[in-house]
Order: sequence, then C-alpha cells, then structure tokens
Amino acid sequence: MSRTWDTARRNREARLQRAAPLARGKWVEAAEVPRLLEALVEPGDRLCLEGNNQKQADFLARALCRVDAARVRDLHLVMSVLALPEHLELFERGIARKVDFSFSGPQAVRLARLVSEGRIEIGAIHTYLELYGRYFVDLTPRVALLAAAAADEEGNLYTGPNTEESPAIAEATAFRDGLVIAQVDEQLQRLPRVDIPSGWVDFVVRAPTPAAVEPLFTRDPAQISDVQVLMAMMVVKGIYAEYGVDRLNHGIGFDSAAIELILPTYGERLGLRGKVCGHWALNPHPTLIPAIEAGFVRSVHAFGSELGMEGYVAARPDVFFTGRDGSLRSNRAFSQTAGHYACDLFIGSTLQMDLAGDSSTATRSRITGFGGAPNMGADARGRRHASPAWLRAGREARGDGPGAPRGRKLVVQLLETFREHMEPAFVERLDAHALAEAMGWALPPVMIYGDDVSHVVTEEGIANLLLCRGAEERAQAIRGVAGYTPVGRGRDRRAVENLRDRGIVRRPEDLGIEVREASRDLLAARSVKELVRWSGGLYRPPARFRSW
Amino acid sequence: MSAPPAPRRSYREAGARRRLLAVLDPGSFRELVGPAERVQSPHLAALDLPAAFDDGVAVGRGTLQGRPVLAASQEGAFLGGAVGEVHGAKLTGLLRLAAREQPAGVVLLLDSGGVRLQEANAGLLAVSEILRALLAARAAGVPVVGLIGGGWGCFGGMGIVGRCCDGLAMSEEGRLGLSGPEVIETTCGVEELDTRDRALVWRLYGGKHRIVLGEADLLVEDDLAAFRAAAASLLTRRRVLTLERLCQAQEALEGRLADFGSCADPVDLWAAAGVVAPAELPLLEPEPFLAAVARARRPVP
Amino acid sequence: MERLSYEVEVEGPAAPRAPPALVGVVASGNLEVLVEPGDAGRCRVEIATSARGFGEIWEAVVRDFAARHPVAGLRFSVNDAGATPAVVTLRLGQAVEEYLGATR
Repeated sequence: MSRTWDTARRNREARLQRAAPLARGKWVEAAEVPRLLEALVEPGDRLCLEGNNQKQADFLARALCRVDAARVRDLHLVMSVLALPEHLELFERGIARKVDFSFSGPQAVRLARLVSEGRIEIGAIHTYLELYGRYFVDLTPRVALLAAAAADEEGNLYTGPNTEESPAIAEATAFRDGLVIAQVDEQLQRLPRVDIPSGWVDFVVRAPTPAAVEPLFTRDPAQISDVQVLMAMMVVKGIYAEYGVDRLNHGIGFDSAAIELILPTYGERLGLRGKVCGHWALNPHPTLIPAIEAGFVRSVHAFGSELGMEGYVAARPDVFFTGRDGSLRSNRAFSQTAGHYACDLFIGSTLQMDLAGDSSTATRSRITGFGGAPNMGADARGRRHASPAWLRAGREARGDGPGAPRGRKLVVQLLETFREHMEPAFVERLDAHALAEAMGWALPPVMIYGDDVSHVVTEEGIANLLLCRGAEERAQAIRGVAGYTPVGRGRDRRAVENLRDRGIVRRPEDLGIEVREASRDLLAARSVKELVRWSGGLYRPPARFRSW
Repeated sequence: MSAPPAPRRSYREAGARRRLLAVLDPGSFRELVGPAERVQSPHLAALDLPAAFDDGVAVGRGTLQGRPVLAASQEGAFLGGAVGEVHGAKLTGLLRLAAREQPAGVVLLLDSGGVRLQEANAGLLAVSEILRALLAARAAGVPVVGLIGGGWGCFGGMGIVGRCCDGLAMSEEGRLGLSGPEVIETTCGVEELDTRDRALVWRLYGGKHRIVLGEADLLVEDDLAAFRAAAASLLTRRRVLTLERLCQAQEALEGRLADFGSCADPVDLWAAAGVVAPAELPLLEPEPFLAAVARARRPVP
Repeated sequence: MERLSYEVEVEGPAAPRAPPALVGVVASGNLEVLVEPGDAGRCRVEIATSARGFGEIWEAVVRDFAARHPVAGLRFSVNDAGATPAVVTLRLGQAVEEYLGATR
C-alpha cells in the first residue's frame, strides 16, 4: 500500500487556491481579510495569532473576530500573550475553543472567568521558550497571523525595532507547510532591511492603523520610593559587587529600575564601573540610559524594543544590536536563550513567596501566566562555561563536598514585606495553589521555584539561600527577612541571629549601608525628563509619560 | 559618553518645608502656628480621615536676600494641597499680618488643587478670605508673589489666588488653571480634554503656555535655587493695583479670546501667535524657549 | 481612625532638648512623624492611623525602633495614612536623625 507523504502540502495548495481570487499576488485589501481567513482557515486548525509581549497583530485579530463562526470554528490558538480583548472575544464567539499560551497580563481576570465558565480550554500555560519549543515539536501552527512594520511588493517583511518573536513563529509555520499572513503598517519600494524573507510569507495586508505596541518597560523614576532605593543599594553592594555580576537580566519592576538608576551614583562611588553590569539581556529600558551614558553598560541584546527609545538606540550601535539601517534588531527567542544560558544573574520582583522560596504572581481570580521570567529565573543546568560569579554561587551552594566543581546561576527575588493595603508578601501557602485547585490543574502556577532562588531581598535585608543547609534553615532565612509579616514574626530569633553570624542573613548595617542615605536623591534621574536629559534629547517618551 | 546632566535639587521633588527652607535665606525661617501646636482640621476628624499636624501648610517669617518676608508653603502631597478651614486661616492670617507688619513682600509657594471638598463651605469661605487678605496686603503696599512648581499645580480657588499675585514664577512642570483637567474631562467629555494624554495636559496648563499667555512672569528650571532667585526677582517688580489697570487687563483678555478663541490645542495658539516651529516648544529648555516665544508673548497688564 | 499609644522604658541618657522636628507627609501609604521632648527614661509613641487592626504590628515596630535608636526622653506623634512597616521604620529613623541633627 502506497502512503502519501505530502498531505499537509496538498492541503496547503488547496487552501491557497481557495484564497487566490481574494488577493493580488501576495497582497490583500484590508476589507477582504475576513473572507480571506474564511477561505484559508479550516475548523479545528491550530492558529498562531501574533499576540506578542509588545506589538500585536491587532488588525488581524479584529478581522478574525469578524469571520463567519459557522465556517471558522473550534480553533486551537497558540500564542504567547493574550493581550487584547479580541483575543478572548474569539472564544466568546466560538471561533476558538482551546489555547496554549504564556502570558495574559491585561486579560488575566476575564480569562479566569471564561475558564471557570468552561468557555476556554487551556492546553497549558508556558514560558516563552517552552512555547516556542513546542511550535517546533507538537504545537506547530497551521496558520500564523503576524505583524510587521513594512513589506515590499514581493512580501519581504521589515519588523523595525520590534522584531520580537515574529521570526520564530514564521519559521515554525512556513517550514511545515503552514500559511503565513502578515499585517504591515506600510508598503515600501525598498525595505530598510529584511527581517523575514518573502519565501516564508503567503499573504500581506496593509492594516488601516499601525500595529498596537505597548510601552511596557517604561518605569517613571518619579514613582520609585525610598524603600526601593534601600533595596537597590543592598543588591548593588551585597550581590553585584560581591559576586562581580557582569552579565545579567533585570525584571521590569520599579525595584529593578531603582538598581539601574543608582549605578551611576552609588555604583560609581563603590568603584564598580567596568566591573559589574556590563552585558545585558534586556529590553531598552529608559531607566538604563544613565548607566549606559555613565559607561557601565557595554552591550544590550533586547527581547523587543520600547516606544520612544528608537532614536537613542540607533545612536548607540556600540551598545545595542542594530541592523544596517541603524534601527534595533530585537529577537525574543534569542534573548530568552541568552537570559537563560549566558547571564550569571536574574533579578525580578514578585508578589508572593512561601517558606520554600517558591514565588508567584497568580491570585485566585487572575490567570496571569508566566512570560519569560522562569526561563531567566532558573538555574541553567545545561550550562557548561564558567565565570567568576557563576563559580562562586556554585561553591556556596555545594560547599566543600565531593564531586566536580559546578556553577550556579544567581536568581534574586526582590519583594517588600508588605504590598499595598498591608497585604503580606510572605505567606505560608501561595494563592497559586488555590488557583490550581479551583481550575483543576496538575501544576500550581509557580513563577520561580524556591530551589532556583539564590537570594531574597527585602527592606529588612538579604537572605542567601545558597548557603542554607536544609529546608528548616532556608525557612528561617526567609523568615529572617520577612519583616513584620506573620511569617516574619514567626521566626526563631536565635536561629536567625545564628544565620546572621554566618552571613546567610545580612542587614543593611551588616553590609555597611546607612539607611538614612537611602533616598531618592541617590537616583541618577528622578523623572522622565531627567532621562531625556541624560539621553541628550534622543529619548522621546510617549505622551503619557511626559509632564511637559 | 555624554556628560551627565548637571545635578539639580528638584523643587517638585521637595516637600513643602524643604522648599521653604531652600527659597528663604538659610536658617532664617521662623514658623508660625507650627506642627507642634497641633492645630488640625476638625472636619477631617469628624469624617474619620487622617489629619496633618500643620493642616498641609507651613507659614512663617524669614528673610530673602536679607530682606524680611512672610512666606507660606502648601504641601501638595497632603490631600492635594487643598484648602480647608485651618489651612485657609493660616494663609489669611499671614496675609493680614503682612498688611500690618509691612515686610518686603509675601512669598506664596503654591501647590494646591483648590478647595478641600471634605470641608465644603468652610473651604470656599477660606479661599474668599485669602483673596480679600491678599488684595488688602497689596493695597497696603506689600507685594505678594507666587511660585508654582509642585506636583499638584495651582487650580480652582488657588488658581485665582495665584493670578491675584503681583507676579508668578513657574516651572514647565508647574501647572496653573481654574478647572483642572479631570474636571473638564468629567463635565465636558473626553473629546474636549483627554487626561490620559499627559503631554496635552502639560501643554495646556504648564508653565510654558502660561508664559506665552502672559499669565506667569518667569519660567524657571525645576530647581530649588532657580525658584529662590525667581522669588527674589519677583519682589522687585510691583504691579500697581488700580481700576485703570484692571480695565486694561479686561481688554487684553477680550483680545486674546478674539484672536485665539478657535484654537483647539495650545500648539495652534502658539502658531497663531507667530511662534516658529510651535510643536517643538515643549522640548525646549527655558532659555531657548524664552527666545523662541519672545515676540509671541501676550502680557496681561 | 484608630488611636494607639505605646510607652517603652528606655535605658541610656535622655536625648538633648531641641525644637520639634517633622518628617514625612500624610499621603496614601505614607505618614508624618513629629518628634518633641518628652518624659525622661521613656519613649512615647502616639499614633493616629487610618488602617485599623494592625496594633500588634505597630507595637512590634515601635519596640524594635526604640531598641535601635537613642530615643530616651522623646515623644513621637504619628499621623498615618496606611504606611507599611518598611516606610514607618524608615520615617521614624529619619525623624530621630532630623531631631538630633538640630542639636549638633
């Protein structure tokens, strides 16, 4: 019996034939897109709708919402970020049924409601790298809907600074006989550079409005508190300086923005320029501008771009990865890989931590997902190259025991002991467990696992979990920096003092840090306007961040 | 590597007392009705709301470049610097004291959203008393000058107080107006004013626009030393309070309405007033800005 | 509003007399602290707070604070608008610093 080996290819050809009358070559009119999708997409298809961390294929999302739900239905969406209301509308209309995703920030509450009503089936919630990995294994899209900045007549795509994950999606789809449709902001005779070649692209449509991009990484220095400055000082002196952390990734919270902003002041005073914070896997955070200008930062590879930073990035090609056209080339898949394997440290904020050091941003009524933090906030057990920071962390974790030397990634969690409205950040049991029970999931959505965490930093001090021997010691170390929360007040005072003697728990005074010095005056920039000044006028912040 | 920007001691960042201490001669400030006297708002207590020991304003005597002045500084972070009964009485008392003591001037560091809604009529009455006392002090020959550069700007009744001063100095970040942006959006709709567009809000209410319209006299950096210099400079330029002058001001305002009444955005107004490259104005530092608008300014007498 | 009052016996010399000092501001998540001379041998802290039901935490914060700073003979008055213990500790420390700074 002869078997056919090209069913997907034949099916693809059939779909292209159905769609051909609606297009002129690869180009489709915006008004025709719902009908094009009806011709191309089949019920039950696995479809990747580019819902990126920053840029969104918003026009194609709206067009997909307008298809005849009797013809296009029960889709299995695979997408990294559920960001737009339209993403969930697809489920309310029955066009989509199941989703595999990474992050759902703005739609977290609505998503939880739809899941509990049984209107969305979640395959799994992934990290970015995991989801991209599955695009190449068992979740390959049949159809991909992408967003790009521009296309030429042949359908080559230029993504501009926000390349993000478009190439990863296009590659997975195009080379398994899937269909790739791109919305672009404009058609150009000649592209500044080609980010995705036309051979991977089947249809292109000029969207009536530019693709939505959110400035997710802009943190207004005006909102950084004195307590966050104190924690930043502890991180710089107690971790960056001690380990000589030169390759790193930062989360997007105000606490890590505070670290970026005291490098040119406090870091400079400690003589750390040229010794720490040289190489970054990081979006172009505006709050990094002073550290770049002050000579701390030597290179930055970015997951995506940031609105307003285009001109600054283009003028600093020695620091950022840029194309021949001068604009930033970002790539989330590569930057996540860099964050996981090539960085010695990840530092990020979290909302809740338990006594095992597990932390989570999930609550009972919100399904937020993971994004990329767990890729970076996890020891890279496959890593095989050494660096001083990595080796020292490994020594601390393993002690003088037998076996070959091995390194460890530094994974630092920042949290104030109380959040707003006196919600304790340290808890006996994470809300993530209650969420998992309510949803019937096998895994609670833990963002960073405690056994990956090397340091916990609060306003009370630093707990070095690498040096802890055994679960009880870890728990006391965590209690020892948990302040006046019930968990903190439940500490064994003598045990904590003992940990302090051994340098496992360190207070600001143990680090030689004057608490009264912890004030916003230490920030190299205290407003967005001062960031603009540092950039020599090159940074052009979006209107919502301006007070001029 | 570009040179780091010159360090400034931000006026906007500083609290009410730090501003006052920096604007007056070092060590010269003597507070009246200070926090230890605990003259707090009775209304907030009745509403079970947190009160402040000084009800959100510090008043007292000091010197400015050696000359005796009376000064007040509103704390914007406490209830938006809003004027309640006690807060207002402290300002009124200071201005009445000025008419009696005849200092070289009164310096008001304004940072207020207007009347404190929680105190309703008491707050409204307080503002009218402040206005009466301010005009009486001016009539008695004591110049009253205002500084606007805090986070809450100067709105509502305090906006009127500000415009009744002999002179005003503002930073670009400072804002001056009668109805604030949220009030306009709420009453007239988001089409009229979209408060999420912060650049538009500052274009409309900020120091630069007020300079073009002639409502503020000096534009200064967001810097404590710059505000101190501005306060000293303002005290030397009196604005005589006469009926004739008021009539001229009325005429000027009618002319402004006729010329610019149809402008939808401050940028349109700047263009109509003859500014070259008006869209660039928000990005200019004070000095080049003043040069760019020199011919377009419309001083209100 | 909830009113709390704590008195801690403190060893050590009484703090020198100085004019009252005020730090912080009554704004959401923040507080103001007024420091004045008080009774010898003890430190008194009076709190008016908009966040009810945290007396136990306040007491722990106050006792730790009194143990770490030279506060004998001082009276602290606090107007609180829901500050976290981190902010409270920071402001109390700044208040002592400000008060003693005036005596140096």
